[in-house]
Amino acid sequence: MTPARPIPQPDEVTQPYWDAAKRGELVMQRCGSCQRWIFQPKLACPSCHSDELVWEPVSGNGTIYSFVKVHPPVLPAFKEKTPYLVVLVELAEDPGLRVLGNLLDHDTSAARIGHPVAVVYESLDDGVVLPQWQLTD
Amino acid sequence: MKRAAAVCGIGQTEFAKNIGRSEKRIAVEAIRLALDDAGLQISDVDGLVRFNIETSDEVDITGNLGIENLRYFGEVGWGGGAGCATITQAAMAVATGQAEVVVCWRARNRGSGGRPWAATGAGVPGHGQFSLPYGLVRPVDQIAMMARRHMFETGATEEHLGAVAVSFRAHALRNPLASMQKPMTLDDYLASRMVSEPLRKFDCCLESDGALAVVVTSVERARDLKQKPAVILAGAQGTGPEHTPMTNYHAPEFLKTASPYVAKELFARAGVKPADIDVAQFYDAFTPLVLLSMEEYGFCAKGEAGPLAAEGYLSWDGGKLPSNTSGGGLSEAYVHGFNLILEGVRQIRGTSTSQVAGAELSLVTSGAGVPTSAVILASD
Repeated sequence: MTPARPIPQPDEVTQPYWDAAKRGELVMQRCGSCQRWIFQPKLACPSCHSDELVWEPVSGNGTIYSFVKVHPPVLPAFKEKTPYLVVLVELAEDPGLRVLGNLLDHDTSAARIGHPVAVVYESLDDGVVLPQWQLTD
Repeated sequence: MKRAAAVCGIGQTEFAKNIGRSEKRIAVEAIRLALDDAGLQISDVDGLVRFNIETSDEVDITGNLGIENLRYFGEVGWGGGAGCATITQAAMAVATGQAEVVVCWRARNRGSGGRPWAATGAGVPGHGQFSLPYGLVRPVDQIAMMARRHMFETGATEEHLGAVAVSFRAHALRNPLASMQKPMTLDDYLASRMVSEPLRKFDCCLESDGALAVVVTSVERARDLKQKPAVILAGAQGTGPEHTPMTNYHAPEFLKTASPYVAKELFARAGVKPADIDVAQFYDAFTPLVLLSMEEYGFCAKGEAGPLAAEGYLSWDGGKLPSNTSGGGLSEAYVHGFNLILEGVRQIRGTSTSQVAGAELSLVTSGAGVPTSAVILASD
């Protein structure tokens, strides 16, 4: 049996993000007052302090902002995947809007900073769905 | 608080992979040694400031040391970011009359006690829920993400990172207390295995057991004690907007850690400029943090740190800013950066094994990547 992988433990602020992933949607918080995008999820807008935040779907398109290639030793749950890539993706909606994920491509050798990527969804055994990424042209 | 307090005593255990004694025992040992070094008695101690993740608390220390009247105690969060803040808070306590003799310490059996990340649980709450499920778990992974972008934006290379490791190893070879006593060349560095690309094994700090302590009192009282006072010229804590600890990837400026916020306050309070600093101890859990700190503490412009490191800027003897002169976290020991504070004090005393001649201003920084702190120590 594969050892348990760490999974998100949502809270009242982050629950909508993970619920949306289960529906196959990538959503981000946005300030209803100054319109800026917000991630990680917050109780209020860090820029204008409004607490009128809304969740909005985003395109799921972005580019690689940075990435690492992870080698052992790692948690047992990730051992078979090594070496694997973790990418930080800058979303098309806003240069400051960045999320982490893995590149699920079989061949990740083309991964570079600036390379376009698109969101895909990975279902884990326990019903959790993680937004993930694939290289695009 | 400027020039109100000084470090009057330092003490430490040996460093080891497995020291064979509990964190509580080595904490008490280090504190006793620091008091002996100062020429003070246990009965003089009336204040304690600790890391909040320290496994021994105020009650453990007062009980096992025999402190009779603890009048001030405080603690600082954020792991490696806490170090310089503990002595800053001790100086504040002294300056405001809360206490007269304050002990700060760090005791950590990280060499024998296992890797904290290996204990990651199944459900991840808080900010880690957006990183750990993707296998971005270890501190080296978290810093490698910043390092890759820093290299992309500034042109820093793996040879530049290697120059940091090689410079500090040379300092360790001069320090009999340092864990690493084997020379390292740039080729040795480049041959070390990849851990989290772009970072290698030799970009990472050691995994050490050991304890260190410092004693802080008023400058006036310190002058009458055994050692030359290392005056706390200024100390500062800080963090930036929308900071995410260790994965500070969501702040408005990606490559801006907590350090520049600390640096701005620190130099303003001290009334000195980076160019005035004679010797530095940069928090070096990973080599890229040193390049980032050189830039963020204002020693050079963005992108200049790598080439400067490769030219020997950090090296004793002859570098413009000899740094991590005991070998640092990379080659002396990694005790959450507390050994950097003791080395900063030794440089003011004139007792480092890689002594900068006539050093009068000694900078020590704490963990970049988390809410952090820094101090400038000075001659009396």
